[in-house]
Amino acid sequence: MELSILIVKSLIILVIFGITLLIATYSTYAERKVAAFLQDRPGPNRAGPFGLLQPIADAGKMFFKEEFIPRQASTWLFILGPCLAMITALMSSAVVPFGDTILVDGKEVMVQGIDVNIGLLYVFGVVSLGVYGIMIGGWASNNKFSLLGAIRAASQNISYELAMGLSIIAILMMSGSLSLRTIVEQQHGMNWNILYQPVGFILFLTCAFAECNRTPFDLPECETELIGGYHTEYSSMKLGFYLFAEYINMFISSAVISTLYFGGYNYPGMDWVRETLTGSLGAVAGHNVATLIGTIVFFGKTFFFIFFFMWVRWTLPRFRYDQLMNLGWKSMIPIAILNILLTGAGLLLNTKLMSWVMVVIIVLVVVVQGAVANKKRAQTQSYSKA
Amino acid sequence: MQLTNRARKTDKSPMTLAERLYIPAIAGGLGTTIKHFFRKKPTIQYPEQKREFSPVFRGLHVLKRDEQGRERCTACGLCAVACPAEAITMTGAERKKGEENLYREEKYAAVYEINMLRCIFCGLCEEACPKAAIFLQPDKVAPAFFERDEVIFGKDRLVEKMDDRASTGIEKYTGVKS
Repeated sequence: MELSILIVKSLIILVIFGITLLIATYSTYAERKVAAFLQDRPGPNRAGPFGLLQPIADAGKMFFKEEFIPRQASTWLFILGPCLAMITALMSSAVVPFGDTILVDGKEVMVQGIDVNIGLLYVFGVVSLGVYGIMIGGWASNNKFSLLGAIRAASQNISYELAMGLSIIAILMMSGSLSLRTIVEQQHGMNWNILYQPVGFILFLTCAFAECNRTPFDLPECETELIGGYHTEYSSMKLGFYLFAEYINMFISSAVISTLYFGGYNYPGMDWVRETLTGSLGAVAGHNVATLIGTIVFFGKTFFFIFFFMWVRWTLPRFRYDQLMNLGWKSMIPIAILNILLTGAGLLLNTKLMSWVMVVIIVLVVVVQGAVANKKRAQTQSYSKA
Repeated sequence: MQLTNRARKTDKSPMTLAERLYIPAIAGGLGTTIKHFFRKKPTIQYPEQKREFSPVFRGLHVLKRDEQGRERCTACGLCAVACPAEAITMTGAERKKGEENLYREEKYAAVYEINMLRCIFCGLCEEACPKAAIFLQPDKVAPAFFERDEVIFGKDRLVEKMDDRASTGIEKYTGVKS
């Protein structure tokens, strides 16, 4: 590898690392702002213009708090927990393709940390390691509530990882590759996977909520039942790391969702934009600017999903634990398997739209059953009136 | 017996598929919350922007002086009797020769104290006063205090200043300046 390529590549990796941290930082701000707006409040607006310095103030507060380690806790594991959560959260952004290629010295450099041919598996592996951070932290605290939270986190993550993996398999069957870049490139020209995998998308989205421990699946840290869940005993920046890891996970999930289902950096009319730009700015500059636009589009999609995470958080109440397990094992996994079968049948029949059969059937059943139920309810009401 | 016609029979029929899918209900909920996102926020940005007090707001007490600057209070004790929280104490004293410009009547309050921790700002003292001496100002809030000994307000803090006459709030209704 040439030196200039190496420099550009390491710059890209550093920038991705920095952007991930920055977005996670400002997700905390966005969360508070979104929460406030959904509740008819203006939200934080005292630190800096529009409260933009609020995350820095929060971090400063975190650093100056007492660093407390319980006497009965297993000290090293207690420290290891948040570190693991943070490391695993940061690692997964390496394979996400943030954009197309840029031309440096006549060579194409990908706007991506590393393009491994098992990118999706890598994300899955790293994300499932994330539960170790929670598990170790919860266990090492030597506190019943923390342990309960940790156990909940572990069982929930395992349950939903199954459904998540199964919902992805349908996509893999269509793309024939595990590389995230290949999957994105195949969605070029409005061939977005959401159009072919509506059921898979809903399953994946739900599982992403569960994997990030976000409401309505935030049972590991529910305050009403478990005080603070796995981070009950944590204080100072160790607690900050846990919370921060959650926001990084949210960003990564949003990025993966937009990569897998919403075409990543693809947008309608991107070929035309590229041609006009290379025509007016020259081959190199035009190509690079077109890539930049694609990256901006990608971040737009990602930010929408981050917003969606927050929107859902302030809309839905938390699941009960048995409801969570029922949903995971008895609904999501069977539906995901059915989706795989349908997609496979569709591939044999040379159509990508087979998943819609399930949607159509479900909608039909819903409409018919709803009509019948309404009629019954009307009848019983007229009986009770008479 | 039925008191209202709002009672509904509980519907315990099994959920339909639409209800078990959660998705229609979730979409509805998301619609409700996003409507609030764009609503006007009723928040008042407090230190910069203050809510207007009601004209009958009962704030910090003031012991009024008359037009010539003499204290009106005669230490009759009716306010202390009227006070449901027993927050007011006073000691009366006789006016000496040469103090006619200080006190309006022959008797005056040498000590007049209101315990601000006890006071409930009901305004009964104001109503009981026959001399129109004590008022709850409509434009001034009782200040916060941090020490126990700041809680009892004596005459030094209650009697209005000669150069800064307090508002009683009644001029809004009568047009007469008190």
